[in-house]
Amino acid sequence: MFNETRKPKLSADKVCSMAEAVKDCVQSGDTLYIDGFTHLICFAAGHEIIRQGIRNLTGARLTPDLVYDQMIEANCFSKMIFSWAGNPGVGSLHAVRRRSQKDSESKIEMEEYSHFGMVGRLLAGSSGLPFWPLNNFKGSNLLDTNSKIKFINCPYTGKELATVPALNPDVAVIHCQRADQEGNAQVWGLFGTQKELAFASKKIILVTEEIVEGSVIRRDPNRTLIPGILVDRVVHEPWGCHPSYVQGYYDRDNDFYVKWDEISRDPETYQDYLNEFVLGVKDRKQYQSKMGRKLLDKLQAKSRLCEGVDYGY
Amino acid sequence: MATSPEYTPSEMMAARASQELKDNEIVFVGIGLPNLACNLARQTHAPKLFMIYESGAVGTIPTRLPVSIGDPTLVTDSLSIVSQSDIFQLYLQGGLIEVGFLGGAQIDRFGNINSTVIGDYHNPKVRLPGSGGACEIAIHSQRLLIMMRMGPRSFVETCDYITSPGHEQQSKVESKNKGKTRKDFEHPGKGPTTVITNLCVCEFLEGEMTVTEMYPGVTKEKILENCGWKIKFADQLSMAKPPSTETLRLLREELDPQKLYL
Repeated sequence: MFNETRKPKLSADKVCSMAEAVKDCVQSGDTLYIDGFTHLICFAAGHEIIRQGIRNLTGARLTPDLVYDQMIEANCFSKMIFSWAGNPGVGSLHAVRRRSQKDSESKIEMEEYSHFGMVGRLLAGSSGLPFWPLNNFKGSNLLDTNSKIKFINCPYTGKELATVPALNPDVAVIHCQRADQEGNAQVWGLFGTQKELAFASKKIILVTEEIVEGSVIRRDPNRTLIPGILVDRVVHEPWGCHPSYVQGYYDRDNDFYVKWDEISRDPETYQDYLNEFVLGVKDRKQYQSKMGRKLLDKLQAKSRLCEGVDYGY
Repeated sequence: MATSPEYTPSEMMAARASQELKDNEIVFVGIGLPNLACNLARQTHAPKLFMIYESGAVGTIPTRLPVSIGDPTLVTDSLSIVSQSDIFQLYLQGGLIEVGFLGGAQIDRFGNINSTVIGDYHNPKVRLPGSGGACEIAIHSQRLLIMMRMGPRSFVETCDYITSPGHEQQSKVESKNKGKTRKDFEHPGKGPTTVITNLCVCEFLEGEMTVTEMYPGVTKEKILENCGWKIKFADQLSMAKPPSTETLRLLREELDPQKLYL
């Protein structure tokens, strides 16, 4: 996208179902980036991509976690661009292991950075630059195993700096607390790389817990992270992040992450899970009803409001 | 007379690591035992320890044990929430982090750490999660504390892969940087400072890991058996104090009641 001009996304009817959004925006061969750093990971989008059987995708993300692992198990990804592939606080991802280790039957391609390296790639991609400089990597083997990490000399000081190339994903999925119908999105809590991703990506599927009137957004403009002019599709998907969480809406299902290690260790129980909770449901609503009232009640966030600020002048 | 309470190696590690932290220090916190050590310090001798998590939570005061570095309890009542680009560019590369914490699957005598693969990179025996923020934490933290259990397969002569650079580069991966030191690389941080293990505490003397403090009941032989190279011992060895009853109560009853990391 370096040096290209971009047109605002002004469509009047962006709101659609997850199935429609994925069908319209995600194609085999695309580089896909589903954002979220523990917080706001849109499992609903990953599950729909699995259901639609889209293959040969490159999955980019700092932390490919359970949802990317599921997409690997379901053969959606042929390549991963990443910096930490694990089950946070628990251990390893078993589909990743089965598709990357010595005894693997078929391996996925891996392009590996550190978190800062991935962030740099998005910063370049989002600001229309071909690369990003950073003081990093020397002494690590990351630069020996990834030829895209290169070095330049600073034109002012002569200091040798690392560089990473711009990343411009074909499609981004970004989950937020609330947005209007145009996709102006407000986010609070942990941001991950949402803003940089939104400005770096060619297409955006914006997924939201709530759709609100534009006036609600305008009342608190400092909270708007992503402007609707970048957004292609708006999907209203309550509980779309479970077992991840949405601050102010529902808690992280930590028990599930711990349990997942056991489910995913054996390919058979892994497939049973996918059959029941991904392929066996039509949409997120059905998934939510399978979660059951008890779990929903347990995870429902306890309110912790903050007072507003005065925007008057 | 008060007798020493019974404690586990993990409890000793968390308690000992917390003593490395000073009040008001800015620390980049990792999940697991480092997180316990930081929160223990905050509840004892360092109430104003300034904790930053790579998820973007700055100045946190978690009320439950975060199972991941992005847990919602790190957001509620924190001082500031920022993007990950701010965390890595402004806080870490900007030079604000005084103490970093790392662990890994392998470490060598120079403090190079592997959290990427066991075996050949392209054909690994075991694929591990990878760097995350570890590489840059090792490069930029002013001091680097390492928490790892000692064993001949984790404390190795040479790491299979260097994820996070220590004091001098030596790895099995072909690299033009072999033999180069932190000074050659002009890294801003001082590099690995202290290794807190389940058997002893080590410091880096002239860039090489050296045992400086023994734990009660642990012999030099036991340490040598659990280390993949002939680790050096300092001339003056000190003896660590076992965790106090109050420290154990905090760890067991308040910080990790579900025993996730202890």
